[in-house]
Amino acid sequence: MALLEVRDLSVSFHTPDGVVEAVRGLSYDVERGKTLAIVGESGSGKSVSTQTITGLTRGAQISGSALFNGNELLGASASTLQKVRGAQIGMIFQDPLSSLHPYYTVGWQIVEMIRAHRKETSKKAARARAAELLGLVGIPRASQRIDDFPHQFSGGMRQRVMIAMAMALDPALLIADEPTTALDVTVQAQVLEVMRTLQQEFDTAIILITHDLGVVAEMSDDVVVMYAGTVMEKAPRRTLFYLSHNPYTKGLLASLPARGGRRGRLTPILGTPPSLIDPSERCPFAPRCPSAFDRCWHERPRLDPVSHDAEHTSACWLPHDVAGGLDDPVPARGGSPVDVNPAPETQEESA
Amino acid sequence: MLRFLVRRIVLGILVMWLITLAVFALFFIAPNDVARTLAGRQATPETVALIAHRLGLDQPIWKQYVDFVSRLLHGDLGYDYYHQTPVTQIIGAAIPITLSVVIGGAIIWLVMGVFNGVVSAVRPRSFIDRSLTVFSLFFYSMPTFLLGLLLLYFFYFRLTLRGITIFPAGGYAPLGEGPGQWVLHMVLPWFTLALVSAATYTRLTRASMLDVLGEDYVRTARSKGLSERRVVMRHAFRAAMTPIVTQFGIDVGALIGGVVVTEYVFSLPGLGKTAIDAINLQDLPVIIGIVLFASAAVVVANIVVDLFYAVLDPRVRLH
Ligand SMILES: Nc1ncnc2c1ncn2[C@@H]1O[C@H](COP(=O)(O)OP(=O)(O)OP(=O)(O)O)[C@@H](O)[C@H]1O
Ligand code: SF4
Ligand SMILES: [Mg+2]
Repeated sequence: MALLEVRDLSVSFHTPDGVVEAVRGLSYDVERGKTLAIVGESGSGKSVSTQTITGLTRGAQISGSALFNGNELLGASASTLQKVRGAQIGMIFQDPLSSLHPYYTVGWQIVEMIRAHRKETSKKAARARAAELLGLVGIPRASQRIDDFPHQFSGGMRQRVMIAMAMALDPALLIADEPTTALDVTVQAQVLEVMRTLQQEFDTAIILITHDLGVVAEMSDDVVVMYAGTVMEKAPRRTLFYLSHNPYTKGLLASLPARGGRRGRLTPILGTPPSLIDPSERCPFAPRCPSAFDRCWHERPRLDPVSHDAEHTSACWLPHDVAGGLDDPVPARGGSPVDVNPAPETQEESA
Repeated sequence: MLRFLVRRIVLGILVMWLITLAVFALFFIAPNDVARTLAGRQATPETVALIAHRLGLDQPIWKQYVDFVSRLLHGDLGYDYYHQTPVTQIIGAAIPITLSVVIGGAIIWLVMGVFNGVVSAVRPRSFIDRSLTVFSLFFYSMPTFLLGLLLLYFFYFRLTLRGITIFPAGGYAPLGEGPGQWVLHMVLPWFTLALVSAATYTRLTRASMLDVLGEDYVRTARSKGLSERRVVMRHAFRAAMTPIVTQFGIDVGALIGGVVVTEYVFSLPGLGKTAIDAINLQDLPVIIGIVLFASAAVVVANIVVDLFYAVLDPRVRLH
């Protein structure tokens, strides 16, 4: 049994404009100690889906199931969720400045996290642990900086603080929602390195949400490609980069510039994401898909296995390519499987 | 932090100095016969002459101003010929009364407003949110004198008719003569003042809380597995307090100069009532004294607010 099993998760919001179906029948597994990357354009439901699992989505209609260590999280009581959040599932977010409370020192915020779940820990012990954690994520002079406020740290250092806090209780799962998007390039690489080191040390599973296929190539074991609230394709990293089946995934990969070129956020495919208010019975990608044919406009494709690799599924009506194999030499994790330069040079921020 | 404090105080002193200039220009230079006006309507010519001499009206204007300011610095607000008492004594008697009304009322409206605002913000658009909105707008839209009279009618007049007298019809009982009577005399004025202002604080708190509850750091607090109560109070409310404290300081500072309507309705001889009475009598020294005191209260309140701001927000504190 996987650490986290998400099945048929749907999340919709009632708005004055209509019902926004932000997530539609999402399913994936996260294995212990492994990294699952979730990629997709802005608005594809990456944040909403993960926040729903931890009960942070408010005012939404939710259906489906999310089994964490075999326990259902969707619809769990507030007190159950409180025990899971922080202690078993740590979370870090995109903007580390706004994600830390501006009025409290970083030490206070980490100590609060520890003592919320381990009430028997003395203030002194929690503080010592906080300083240790700050050192672990690479903050120099951690025992002094523990009394500084978030605004006294640089962006990268703040994100390290967030990581230290999220990892304070050695959670089984870390959900990192675009942890490096707000950071500049050299800092991105360092922060990812910190995450990877901690993951190895604590054997933590990670859900890594990102726009950046370079980050996926460096960090992930498995990849989920999301579009309009559903999974378009799901595969182990190497399979996805080499044998992608879905035209949407191919579009994303094609948008990666050649080695040495500038790496930008994903705006690769002509057209805009569909309105989430209109759930018509067709492939959600059809209006933008270069390979779309009749059937795509009338029937929604299921997520089915598409190659020898049973882990490889795609939601697309194109013929399943079961002839492919993994015979090519494939670089190890952290290497460069496609023409992606894993040590990023420049990053265009569209934010 | 220290530099910030010094800058604020210097600015405050500058403002006070400008106010003395304005007061001096308005009351000493503008009227033709200052001594006559100051002496009051029934003064004899000898009194007028004496005042003219005492004020040094034969001196050049700059000298008169310097003397005026130096008297102020010595805590001398002048002499009230109408009541035959120093102005400081008149104002000194009125201040505790106004302070009693303002501080008590302010605490009540702050507690009510903040409590209602937080409750509304935690459950926006719920039944309780809407009820509290209606409740506070009802009192908000009511003129203070009407609310005061209604409270008097129900809690004094109607009760007394039934032979139950809890609250007096008005007037003041000094705190020094026992807190019981003081409170009984103050309850109705307090609620008159508080109910009208509470609405502002309910709306302000609600808006500020809703703002903050949408912040990323509140989401972080939830993601840490804190109880909802702790998320709301320690994380959201802590940050939402800043605009409330600012408004509170400014409001209290302004009211310390006199709560005119409430004091009148409940016959409380505080600064507001004293000022109105002095205006009716054209009792200039008292008017000047109250204007200066009220301005000083506003200036000091602003400095206190800024200090509080720095205490609340470390980002201000450290720059
Ligand atoms: N509270 C809400 N009410 C209505 N719609 C919402 C709400 N929260 C999110 N949505 C909608 O759900 C959709 C998915 O949002 P989500 O934040 O999950 O996207 P995302 O994939 O994380 O995008 P990004 O890469 O920009 O972070 C968006 O269209 C968004 O507008
Ligand atoms: S189902 Fe059709 S429209 Fe959808 S991705 Fe496949 S080919 Fe394109
Ligand atoms: Mg997002």
